[in-house]
Amino acid sequence: MARFLLKRLGLALLTLVILSLIIFFAGRVLPGDPGRAILGPFAAESAVKALDKSLGVDRPLISQYWGWVSGFVRGNFGLSYQFQSPVRPFVFTALGHSLKLAAVAFVIVVPLGIFGGVVAALNFGKWIDRVISVSGLSFSTVPEFVSGVVLIVIFAIWLKVLPVTATWPPGSPVFTQLKYLILPAIPLVLILFGYIARMARAGTLEALDSDYVRTATLKGLPRRVVIFRHVLRNSLLPTITVVATQTGYLIGGLVVVETLFNYQGIGRLIFTAAKDKDFPMLEAGILTIGVVYLVATIIADVLYTLLNPRVRLESSE
Amino acid sequence: MPGSGPAGSGSAAGALDVSVGKIRREHLGQLLRSKTFIVGATILLFWIVCALFGSLFEPSNPLNGNFLQFNLAPSASHWFGTDYLGRDVVSRVIAGSRDILIVAPLATLLGTSVGTAIGLAQGYFGGVVDNVVGRLVEAVLALPVVIVAFLFVVALGPSSRTLILVIGFVFALLIARTVRTAVLQERELDYVAAASLRGEGALHIMFAEILPNVLSPILVEFTVRLGYAIFAIATLSFLGFGIQPPTPDWGADISYTYSLLGAGYWWETLFPALAIASLVVAVNLVADSIEVVLVQ
Repeated sequence: MARFLLKRLGLALLTLVILSLIIFFAGRVLPGDPGRAILGPFAAESAVKALDKSLGVDRPLISQYWGWVSGFVRGNFGLSYQFQSPVRPFVFTALGHSLKLAAVAFVIVVPLGIFGGVVAALNFGKWIDRVISVSGLSFSTVPEFVSGVVLIVIFAIWLKVLPVTATWPPGSPVFTQLKYLILPAIPLVLILFGYIARMARAGTLEALDSDYVRTATLKGLPRRVVIFRHVLRNSLLPTITVVATQTGYLIGGLVVVETLFNYQGIGRLIFTAAKDKDFPMLEAGILTIGVVYLVATIIADVLYTLLNPRVRLESSE
Repeated sequence: MPGSGPAGSGSAAGALDVSVGKIRREHLGQLLRSKTFIVGATILLFWIVCALFGSLFEPSNPLNGNFLQFNLAPSASHWFGTDYLGRDVVSRVIAGSRDILIVAPLATLLGTSVGTAIGLAQGYFGGVVDNVVGRLVEAVLALPVVIVAFLFVVALGPSSRTLILVIGFVFALLIARTVRTAVLQERELDYVAAASLRGEGALHIMFAEILPNVLSPILVEFTVRLGYAIFAIATLSFLGFGIQPPTPDWGADISYTYSLLGAGYWWETLFPALAIASLVVAVNLVADSIEVVLVQ
């Protein structure tokens, strides 16, 4: 178990290093001169040079990369071009907001997706299976801003039951905050529902087909007991992994949803940083998303191993 | 083709063509009997017709607005209303199919061809090549495609060419992974061993022997990725880093009009949104039915 964990951690660290190289390449090397980007095309060459020197971007790329990455590890995410102050507080506050929105989406979609998948599997091949599968597939392919716009038009403009933005008045109680978060959460729910339902369906079908379920049925257990005790326990394992791998996606989908609903999360932070060409902010935001994703996958791996004795035994050999 | 007699390779290729042709006809019949495929293909065809011949039946010019008639609600003269610059929304929606239906397939095609080449090399050579590409794919996959594309498009500056290159590059890595898995299974088969005993070069074995046998997963990847490409490009356009105004584009139009939703001008945003939704759903219905037919 310890060896398995160490191996997973090592691989995740390697992935993170490569990811940081990609982000550094895209954020520092491709855009050209940062001083020029900040000051604009009409600034004097000497002013651009001076700014580059004060930003430290006239140093060799390797030392720049090292400075950036070692700073990130020590908790120094760099200085924002736009605000001339450390990036870290912005990133952390925004991440907190995003996690809140993501939590609302997860609380809705995980039970719903599992329920949908199990119902589809129990009605394999019937119309209800087709409806759940096809609608899940279709919803998961519609971009978040598209479903978001449709939802705003229906619920905020025609029916007037939910607010247009996700920004609640300061000091609102939790219940009011939830009301503001429901509409932005639904586009994320729609995307994830298909994936989770598909996994839950496949897992359930596999379990239904197994020897132990046949034995349980043949020894005369009621169908309800067979499903809850034998089928679900085994079929939901792979679903846990999907839920975790989708966390990374979810945080990414937030860029769009937060922009559309004007919600101050990490997605909106990245979007604003990109508009302002505030590369330190953009890089820190995207690297943070990568870290969150990797942490989520490791947690999923550990959970999966703890819950599934078969994997546990294999890995300890 | 060094080392192989022209007659020998010719007859082998001929036999292959016949069997491939038979399989394709069978598959086509199966597809045409599938309701999902028919619905998806019909909607897709509608948008392709709009993209190709839209300028013939657009009610008015999608670029020139009448400044006195802005933000008009849908009516008999403007079915979908007019936008904030007085441009006819029906015409914008029809014309908006053009750029995305050029950029998305080109990006997918680039990604599929480069990805296939990388995947073939990875699967055939294994070792260092395989490891390096595998790690790179892992790292890129730690971020959603839209975010990776976003980062690079922001760095390079938005243009259709950048969109195609960036999305093509990200897709190439993802498609390489699928092709690699397929090649790993094929590599162990006798015909590959026979070819290498005949003295065929690596390139010939990869592209002339293995490639024809892994076409099914590649075709499935292409159609699935096409849906993703439309998703990603529409999203980037919505964020302001995709197709640039004044070119009619659904995502870009929404990014300019959604702030007017609060004022009640819903038609300027809703109709382009429904257009995107119908296109991505159509492509994915087609992709899904192709997958069902090819991967049984």
